[in-house]
Amino acid sequence: MESNLKSPPKLTRRNYSKIIRPIFGLLVFGSILWRLYEVLIAQQAYSAEIWVRLLISGLIIGGVYALIAIGYTLVYGILFMINFAHGEIMMIGTFAGYFLFEATKSINVAAEGSPPLSFSDAYPLISVILAFLVGMTVAATAGFFLEKIAYRPLRKAPRLVPLISAIGASFFLQNAAQLLFSPQVRDYTNPQAIARGSGWSLIINGSRVVITYTGALTFILSILLMIGLYVMVQKTKLGKAMRAVASDKNTAALMGIDVDAIISRTFIISGALAGAAGVMWGLHNGLVHFFVGFLPGIKAFTAAVLGGIGNIPGAMLGGMFLGLIESLGPTALGISYQLKDVIAFVIMIVILIFRPSGILGEVLSEEKV
Amino acid sequence: MLKVTDLNVYYGAIHALKGISFDLQEGEIVTLIGANGAGKSTLLNTISGILHAKVGQVEYLGEDISNEAAQVIVQKGIVHVPEGRKIFAKMTVLENLEMGAYTVSDRQQIQDKMGAMFERFPVLRDRKKQLGGTLSGGEQQMLAMARGLMANPKLLLLDEPSMGLAPVLVEQIFDIIQDINQLGTSVLLVEQNAHMALSIADRAYVLETGNIVLEGDAADVMNDPMVISAYLGG
Ligand SMILES: Nc1ncnc2c1ncn2[C@@H]1O[C@H](COP(=O)(O)OP(=O)(O)O)[C@@H](O)[C@H]1O
Ligand SMILES: [Mg+2]
Repeated sequence: MESNLKSPPKLTRRNYSKIIRPIFGLLVFGSILWRLYEVLIAQQAYSAEIWVRLLISGLIIGGVYALIAIGYTLVYGILFMINFAHGEIMMIGTFAGYFLFEATKSINVAAEGSPPLSFSDAYPLISVILAFLVGMTVAATAGFFLEKIAYRPLRKAPRLVPLISAIGASFFLQNAAQLLFSPQVRDYTNPQAIARGSGWSLIINGSRVVITYTGALTFILSILLMIGLYVMVQKTKLGKAMRAVASDKNTAALMGIDVDAIISRTFIISGALAGAAGVMWGLHNGLVHFFVGFLPGIKAFTAAVLGGIGNIPGAMLGGMFLGLIESLGPTALGISYQLKDVIAFVIMIVILIFRPSGILGEVLSEEKV
Repeated sequence: MLKVTDLNVYYGAIHALKGISFDLQEGEIVTLIGANGAGKSTLLNTISGILHAKVGQVEYLGEDISNEAAQVIVQKGIVHVPEGRKIFAKMTVLENLEMGAYTVSDRQQIQDKMGAMFERFPVLRDRKKQLGGTLSGGEQQMLAMARGLMANPKLLLLDEPSMGLAPVLVEQIFDIIQDINQLGTSVLLVEQNAHMALSIADRAYVLETGNIVLEGDAADVMNDPMVISAYLGG
């Protein structure tokens, strides 16, 4: 204190970064605005139907990201750790749905003498419901065992340790899937009624915009699951116990709450949501392989951070936001669609420069850090 | 009702409780007084199952509960209202009370209990939709006690309920403690406010750096010269 009074303030590392950070942020932000102006106003390069198309695909992918992001945020809220294997839980859900569809595809329900008709084409609704149930159950089970095996024994270890265990679990699950299911990329076999690309057509400015059935299913189901989760967390005894455990484990235990059981259930719920996201991903994008969870996992983690990690509405918002940015961003900025991932991460960095705790995040207390 | 024998508790290498023995009979208010760092909270945490003793035993209603988990001990009827209230700050007053009744499955009973708490602590009724973190210190203490009572305790462990409260509020809290006790709940009261605690307690123990250095009827302890000089500012 006293030495501060005597000597002029030095350019320490700390206030150096205090100056550099906003300048860097403003530069990036400024150039984004400039590009937006160029493309949207000066050139008017794209017509309305293109924007509608991008908006639709952004909402669909955003729903998937949001569902996965909720899992990161729930686990962080309760254990203060990033579950880096969460993308792999989604991958497991994608595979479970894939095998269910393969099975329903292979059952012939046609009458004697008529051309073969598979169960999944004859009863698409039942098949889809089954696929989601199986995908969610299997992923939830995987989440449950992941916590029990890879995280619970390390509960009292320094915070870096479970993080390393999470990365290890992620590699392990990827490699296990590669061994079990081979590295080959497979096609998801949708029931005929919701074949990929089929959907309702809109005519905008004389050109056709398709709302795909798989996209609509993904969007609506993800919104329903998010509403369900929100109500569960706010209104049910389990949800309240989850919040109590997240805020203070010892005091929660003094209420008679079995903290370990609540942590297990948190992983089960996160896993189920990731599993649902996995089946959606398969149905909508059509490919499944051992690496399928990696990018959506990283993106959803970004979304969770963007929304303010630990905050459930934040994860939902962050997921939707990221989906939209990724979809609209490249076109709006007039750059290659290949760069959509880069844009997503740049936007995240810019937002975090100005709001380090995320859009809805609060400043972390000492205790939590 | 409660019998603690030769309790030794460690934090790593720190020996926080060095062979504590005491007991509490059904219907009593027993107070444990001692300076900051004496080990009072450690003792309550060990009884309620948050911590576990390395050596020694906690016996409750004739049963050894030393190795039970906290959530099991609550079900047996020991409720611990922790130091610093530990209200769930982002949950409403109502939700905090519901958490207190976590072990109660009968909804009607929860409703009745909640009604009784609002009778006893009218401020909580007015604030039931408010977040716990927005209450004043006194209100939080009321909420912490009400939350504890929601579980129908047979034995209530209170850790410094008067901490940081204005004298009027302290009086009120101690009146309520006496009231609760008269309705049949035994109380183990940990306090630094020795004068108030001794005035409502039946018996008292004085704790110093992990050891019990004095015990007896509250009235006798209050007149002990050592206690007067060390804890009663005499
Ligand atoms: N979590 C902890 N880790 C290490 N030492 C602790 C911890 N909690 C308490 N102690 C130590 O144990 C002793 C007793 O503490 P405590 O039970 O909190 O005393 P009191 O409640 O009487 O003020 C003190 O010396 C304190 O520093
Ligand atoms: Mg204490």
